[in-house]
Amino acid sequence: MDHFPTNWGRPRNDGFDAYGTYPIAQRPYNGLGNDVFSEGVQRTQQPIVTGTSVLAIKYKDGVMMSADNLASYGSLARFKDVQRLHPVGNNTIIGAGGDMSDFQYIQALLDDLMVEEFTEQDGHALGPGEIHEYLSQVMYARRSKMDPLWNSLIVGGVQDGKRFLSYVDLLGTTYSASTLATGYGSYIAQPLLRKAVEGNEDVITEEEAVKILEQSMKVLFYRDARSLNKYQIAKITGDGVAISESRSVDTHWSFADGIRGYGAQTQ
Amino acid sequence: MPDMVTLSYPSPSSKPQQRQFNPYSENGGTILAISGADFSVIAGDTRQSEGYSIQTRYAPKVFRLTDNAVLAVNGFAADGNMFVKQVRQRLEWYRHAHAKDMPLRAIARLIQTMLYARRFFPYYVYNILGGIEEDGSGAVYSFDPVGSYERESCRAAGAAQSLVQPFLDNQIYFKNQVALPGHPHPQHLPLTTVIQLVIDSFTSATERHIEVGDGLEMFIVLAKGSPLYGLENIDGVQEMTVTNEGERIFVVRRNLKRD
Amino acid sequence: MFRNTYDSDNTVFSPQGRLHQVEYALEAVKQGSAAVGLRSKTHSILLALKRSTGELASYQQKMFRIDDHVGIAIAGLTSDARVLSNFMRQQAMSSKMAFNRPVPVNRLVSAIADKAQVNTQEYGRRPYGVGFLVIGRDQSGPHLYEFSPSGNSYEYYAMSIGARSQSAKTYLEKHYESFADCSLEDLIKHGLHALRETLQQDKDLNVNNTSIGIVGAPSAHEKTTNVSFRILEGETIQPFLDTMVPKDAPAAAPAPPASADEDVQMAE
Repeated sequence: MDHFPTNWGRPRNDGFDAYGTYPIAQRPYNGLGNDVFSEGVQRTQQPIVTGTSVLAIKYKDGVMMSADNLASYGSLARFKDVQRLHPVGNNTIIGAGGDMSDFQYIQALLDDLMVEEFTEQDGHALGPGEIHEYLSQVMYARRSKMDPLWNSLIVGGVQDGKRFLSYVDLLGTTYSASTLATGYGSYIAQPLLRKAVEGNEDVITEEEAVKILEQSMKVLFYRDARSLNKYQIAKITGDGVAISESRSVDTHWSFADGIRGYGAQTQ
Repeated sequence: MPDMVTLSYPSPSSKPQQRQFNPYSENGGTILAISGADFSVIAGDTRQSEGYSIQTRYAPKVFRLTDNAVLAVNGFAADGNMFVKQVRQRLEWYRHAHAKDMPLRAIARLIQTMLYARRFFPYYVYNILGGIEEDGSGAVYSFDPVGSYERESCRAAGAAQSLVQPFLDNQIYFKNQVALPGHPHPQHLPLTTVIQLVIDSFTSATERHIEVGDGLEMFIVLAKGSPLYGLENIDGVQEMTVTNEGERIFVVRRNLKRD
Repeated sequence: MFRNTYDSDNTVFSPQGRLHQVEYALEAVKQGSAAVGLRSKTHSILLALKRSTGELASYQQKMFRIDDHVGIAIAGLTSDARVLSNFMRQQAMSSKMAFNRPVPVNRLVSAIADKAQVNTQEYGRRPYGVGFLVIGRDQSGPHLYEFSPSGNSYEYYAMSIGARSQSAKTYLEKHYESFADCSLEDLIKHGLHALRETLQQDKDLNVNNTSIGIVGAPSAHEKTTNVSFRILEGETIQPFLDTMVPKDAPAAAPAPPASADEDVQMAE
């Protein structure tokens, strides 16, 4: 785009050197390659508005996932009612950490995909396994273009009576396990989740699963400065998906008074 | 009117671009393959990690490609999985075109071509291909990330390569061992010995390397008409053969320490 | 050779509302040797009659594998079939790539039907000169479809296409109600009987001129545990040919299913 109105619509370009008086290397140029993109397209180089951890576990009846409602702008708690758990179809939920605008783009992408799938009207639906594979391909393709979608995503669901829980991130790295956690949660919550869940996937009840996640969300709220005591829990069972209303846990901060670096002291 | 000369093509060097996104990661783990006279063993641990975090205790790194070829992939897991997927698609087209599986040496060359095609944005993976050649001999091919490859009789790669390879050099190639007069070193080791060497390699690597552990997955490919060499007595052995071409393929899984 | 007006261009309707070029394409399918498809609750199968141009020539290929769960039998122009089957293979693979899901069979058939339809409507094109029977298995079980150059596709319990396929169709129409609960062996037997109807008086089915395509658990006659699509040809189909009731014999009750103690390849 030529931003100089005086250049617009001129029948004769004074800059055009009809007699070739310029050396080729310096010849004036008004054509393509000179528009707003000529200095390169800006690609995501860092996340801007971010969500923190997502936690997920397998339990007796399916998969349970939790994430808080905060989207931070750096250290500013910018948006405090953001949903980071998103249902896709009837038996899948994805949870996202990382850049929230990229996540919203992913939501739109998946919603379009599900509409396309629905309009086939042939009874073939995409389950969590297919959705995770698709997401992995999208994430890997974008990283390969050096234009990543800056997210860590957890895909959970139930497919053909089997629990499915898998991870994919901005690099296209994928893995499955009976407990998963993104971001800060992978350091703080993951050990707690593994201790509670590994080996007990088939015996943990819904109430116990909720307790495990509540406990972990509480620890995260105590320790993660980018977290919020307002979160949601989603479950996916053979009967479908359910995402809870936002909730909070009781916390006690009196202990912090005496700890340097935790409370308000600056010295 | 602006100076038109300044509207000319920006020269490539005029605006250095800053890129801080790193498209690679390193996901730990170790792979290993050893060939015998008429068999090949390809193994890998199942831990996937990033830094000090274990991402999962079970992420396969060793993949059955055909009934006579097994590929182990180690390095950046996302690249590895994508690479295996693409190799498998190429093998499927070969199957469509020729109504048979691609021979091992052809798969090896295919892998080198596919790796080298990405010479300037490489798949950050070390590949080891094991299986049976058309002449019935056990074979191992090892690759670097950009496609250099050679046929060997044993190779370790990945996080604990520096721990395992010297052990293999000593036990397979008999490096630094002097043969007794009249008792030369054997050319090929028997399958049971090889399996024990593989298990020992991984238990040792698990002891000394934090990125190795959780589980061991070991594929054994037997040549056409080869006996089982006692494979049927190994705990939990599972046959994976699909075709009736003659080669047979088995998998053995073992727990490794999880700490 | 008959000729119609309004037939030199496939995009122009005749006053009777017909597209003659498309109808000629359907005739090309009838020139090809016959193929038969049947479906039970557990299996879909294809049977096809292979032609050879003479004693010295090989038999033409009648079946193509598309993916582990899909295969086709063709009647008509083999070269057109290769183009279409290649497209189907691409579709199947991109489904595996994007979703790690075997492509649903109906979508595969719709995809080639849509391609064929374009050829009946765009100027300067010609319809495909080949018809398919497509079998496959997906989440919703075993399937059998017919695809034709007109761009139509239908699902069937049993179907036949190609030369003299009406005779096979008559056989299938008589017996199809029993197919759903048939064993694989009985299903193949019915298929062979139907295929035999398309032969001239003096000819019979043999290991050289018959192909069998199967999706589903293997028969005791097969030395495999493979449930994927597979094509049986040559000596491997002799046990199935042996189950047929000889042509001139009085119609007997269906033979008992193959004995269970048939040789099975055991691990050593």
